[in-house]
Amino acid sequence: MQVDQATVRRIARLARIKISDDEAKGLEGELSGILKWVEQLGEVDTVGVEPMTRVVPIELKQRKDIVCDGEIADDVTRNAPVSENHFFVVPKVVE
Amino acid sequence: MTDLTRLTLAEARDGLTKKQFTSTELTLAFLTAIEKGNATLNAYVLPVPEHALAQAKTSDSRLAKGDARPLEGLPLGIKDLFATKGIRTTACSTILDDFKPTYESTVTQNLWDAGAVMLGKLNCDEFAMGSSNETSAFGPVVNPWRRNGKDGKPSTDRLVPGGSSGGSSAAVSANLCLAATATDTGGSIRQPAALTGTVGIKPTYGRCSRWGTVAFASSLDQAGPIAKTVRDSAIMLRHMSSHDLKDSTSVDTPVPDYEAELGRGIKGLRVGVPREYRVEGMSAEIDALWQKGIAWLKAAGATIHDISLPHTKYALPAYYIVAPAECSSNLARYDGVRYGLRVPGKDLTETYENTRAAGFGKEVKRRILIGTYVLSAGYYDAYYIKAQKVRTLIKRDFDEAWEKVDVVLTPTTPSPAFAAGEKSGDPLAMYLEDIFTVTVNMAGLPGISVPAGLSSQGTPLGLQLIGKPFDEGTLLRASQAIEDAAGRFPVPTRWWES
Repeated sequence: MQVDQATVRRIARLARIKISDDEAKGLEGELSGILKWVEQLGEVDTVGVEPMTRVVPIELKQRKDIVCDGEIADDVTRNAPVSENHFFVVPKVVE
Repeated sequence: MTDLTRLTLAEARDGLTKKQFTSTELTLAFLTAIEKGNATLNAYVLPVPEHALAQAKTSDSRLAKGDARPLEGLPLGIKDLFATKGIRTTACSTILDDFKPTYESTVTQNLWDAGAVMLGKLNCDEFAMGSSNETSAFGPVVNPWRRNGKDGKPSTDRLVPGGSSGGSSAAVSANLCLAATATDTGGSIRQPAALTGTVGIKPTYGRCSRWGTVAFASSLDQAGPIAKTVRDSAIMLRHMSSHDLKDSTSVDTPVPDYEAELGRGIKGLRVGVPREYRVEGMSAEIDALWQKGIAWLKAAGATIHDISLPHTKYALPAYYIVAPAECSSNLARYDGVRYGLRVPGKDLTETYENTRAAGFGKEVKRRILIGTYVLSAGYYDAYYIKAQKVRTLIKRDFDEAWEKVDVVLTPTTPSPAFAAGEKSGDPLAMYLEDIFTVTVNMAGLPGISVPAGLSSQGTPLGLQLIGKPFDEGTLLRASQAIEDAAGRFPVPTRWWES
């Protein structure tokens, strides 16, 4: 699969990473190379094969639906770049 | 006094028990070695001497009272991917900035509960993405091994220690810790172990809890140790492993005493040699090493069987869909809001974009973008579902092999340690480093790398053994047979000390 610079920009936008014109140019070749290389998977006959969902066949465990943690707002916000009264502060999102 | 840093973990444990030295003396010996060597090797991104000496003091009082726990007073290095309470944890990425976790990872908590001492946090590739430790925000790690130069003297080329656990492998081989924690998503324990003459085991998926370990690709990530000997790896693995209610994929089976199993020998063990690992362009010395490994295991009483793992060649391309897909999803959490770096923008979206542009390195961005692409509308089935189907076939190959053999023997890497910069310009060349190791992660199996010889350049080479799920005991026993035959590979000189 050949990706062009417009696609690289669209993907970067989806991933929320700002990229420069130079980076877009470089990534165009690198991503195309990697995607072309993985295309060899097309040779493998996977008709009727289930996609893997877990490597070890274990039943997912369930626990009782009870509160077992909490009251740690200090801890939760301690590493935030900006916080106030246990809230994360972000730029205005609603006009 | 003898140089305490040269001891193995088992020897240090026995010396402490016999009161030949104290944990404080042992810890100080390592702190001095780190102080002398870290400027050159860059294995530690954060030594924590005061923390280490406080733990050593506690251990000494327990040892004096005859109340020692299994790892009492033994100094270890911790890969900077494990959250350590109150101690900076960065995954060697700028985006985590000065992050100080308010919790401890389960694996490290298990080690502290067993009495171990933490010397510091070890360098690694950023978010464990790399095979040379060149993508770290803290700069590259230098391999303590040097190539033979043309004039007979050691070459001045700086070799890579492998990756992503390059700080762990370098620190263990340079005697900057007794043993280290590491993680392996596609080969990140086994490949660096092979390139530094150390032993590295990635256990079965689910053996070690992933809780509190910075996530890269959650269906592939597993923690494990890098150590000086097979015995030390057995000791470390036992105390890192546990069933953990905080990780629903951790498995509720008892953890065996792996060390006790080592003495049982391998008479009658069935060893498989997969023909598909004889890849095109494989060097003659890697092939010769492989044949030597076969001969050693045979001499120790094993039987050798040719086997076929037909989907081997598709493991690496499938991995480079699955791992980036999971990475793009896991790393979405770094948004400049809840922790780590923030680079402000005119609105929230631009704040995200600026933060992630400044915080992530080149390789991490590349993988996030590949992952975002293969998961995006219209491509999900063609890439991601296809890769997961191939993964089912890779696992099926092994399931069929286990009917005929108990372990599989392969080389760990296609070549010995390379020089810094040699592969960093070409992502695909770097990805090929994992060609022999990645199948193991795709199938969730345990795998170990054991040092087995030196290359023509005088640098270490490793052999890999792959085992059945939760059969780490057999893997370690077979590895012991290789170590017994091959001997150990300590670094010849401490050239890095200033």
